[in-house]
Amino acid sequence: MGNMTTVQIGAGAGYSGDRIDPAVELARRADISYLVFECLAERTIALAQLSRKNNLSPGYDPLLDERMKAVLPICHQKKIKIISNMGAANPMAAAAQTVAIARQLGLNGIRVAGVVGDDVLGVIEKFPLEDNGSALSIPPEQIISANAYVGAEPIVEALAGGADVVITGRTADPSLFLAPLIHEFRWLSNDCKTLGQGTLIGHLLECAGQLTGGYFADPGYKDVPNLANLGFPYAEVSEHGGAVITKIEGTGGMITKATCKEQILYEIQDPAAYVTPDVVADFSEVVVEEVGKNRVCVSGAGGRTRPDTLKVSVACRNGYLGEGQISYAGPGALARARLARDILSERLNHHVLSELRFDLIGLNSIHGEKLSPMNGEPYEVRLRAIARAEDRCSADRVPREVEALYTNGPAGGGGVASSTRENIAIYAALIPRDLVHCQIHCEVS
Amino acid sequence: MLLRDIAHSRTGDKGNLLTISLIAYHEEDYPLLETEVTAERVSSQFSDFIDRPVIRYCVPRFAALNFVLHRPSSESVTRSLALDAHGKCLGYALLNLEI
Repeated sequence: MGNMTTVQIGAGAGYSGDRIDPAVELARRADISYLVFECLAERTIALAQLSRKNNLSPGYDPLLDERMKAVLPICHQKKIKIISNMGAANPMAAAAQTVAIARQLGLNGIRVAGVVGDDVLGVIEKFPLEDNGSALSIPPEQIISANAYVGAEPIVEALAGGADVVITGRTADPSLFLAPLIHEFRWLSNDCKTLGQGTLIGHLLECAGQLTGGYFADPGYKDVPNLANLGFPYAEVSEHGGAVITKIEGTGGMITKATCKEQILYEIQDPAAYVTPDVVADFSEVVVEEVGKNRVCVSGAGGRTRPDTLKVSVACRNGYLGEGQISYAGPGALARARLARDILSERLNHHVLSELRFDLIGLNSIHGEKLSPMNGEPYEVRLRAIARAEDRCSADRVPREVEALYTNGPAGGGGVASSTRENIAIYAALIPRDLVHCQIHCEVS
Repeated sequence: MLLRDIAHSRTGDKGNLLTISLIAYHEEDYPLLETEVTAERVSSQFSDFIDRPVIRYCVPRFAALNFVLHRPSSESVTRSLALDAHGKCLGYALLNLEI
């Protein structure tokens, strides 16, 4: 174990579908006390809520079983505590399932805490949804879920109660990492500077592989060694919040000033005011120093008092999307793709479809016409058509018409792929903090 | 030269906001970024994607700039029909700027 004045925290996942092997590697080989799995993107919880309502799943992270089976034995043996938002739309079921897995594996005495209370569907109707800075009204029956971004507090409470595994629903990502630091070092809720520094560490770790060279490599410009075996990061945090970010020797990837700076600025707006439920963190004066190979020291974050409101992620039904794609290659590929587009445009000219959109993949589908230079004819082009409709059957018209291009369209089309899916839109709202009451339920394996 | 020769970038998203960082490889190039890559210039580069002017934050400690792009409400991650609904590929359109 590390010395008394530092706490080691590892990042075991940066999103719901993340790779599991690097987390196992961290648990097995790193000298960590906590392993944190961040698994909830904006829309993940809404999709989990929908599939729970439709009895398609219990509503927690679909990889919970696989992850827990992979890391529980080693974490139990090394007394590594696990913290995760894998509870998604049903933290209690996720906690119960974790206890069941522990028992199956013959691991007795693991205390698993489930945190509930982020679900604020019952009160959300009273608050305006924000869209583009202006209020928006959505028919209540279209709202599927509303979950408040909860801070570190309930996790700290669960850890104080002796939990070995803490499973939450919607929690602000950095709070998952800040909580064990508050717990271990007894940081005070008014010590904004230190909470800001802890939030910096959480923000750095929350995307796991994005700190060790994932989403960074650019051959010839930013080369990353052994990306295929990318290791996940962990932080060695001292009691006042100074931290060294590092990874296990021999794993792929790298930790440098550049990888840390990219991740610190990732998804933040004003670097001096990163708003979380715990603190308004200030990263503008952060100092990033390389202190060894794959060892970067981060210090100097600040903070101001947390806001009185909590952000709520509100998921609403937003119709269905029908999509189809088809490829053309060889001489005249572009002309044939354009002809196919014009045909589809005529055949899909129907009032049940809205927002009909076409893309020529390989030409300008990503950066748009203005920013995509044309250097001669592309050898192959893939036409993509997509539209929104109120019902699934109408949305299906798009993939059906794309497929029909095989026998009713230009020559040489191939490789049709299609899908029709429900679209769930996410809006934000702010609610007073005192409307959110979290409860912790603990069970022992 | 292209911005890509002296700086790197990562794009993130929050609803209909896009954030694009621009970080100098060498600290001595930071003043050049600050002078050349103005909010106006970035707004004009991304005029097809945004519905209000780009906001720029300067982070001299990191030799970096951070841009916030405001997309129309139909173009949020969860609603957009674009192939890259997040807009995560856009950072490389910034690195493609000639300076």
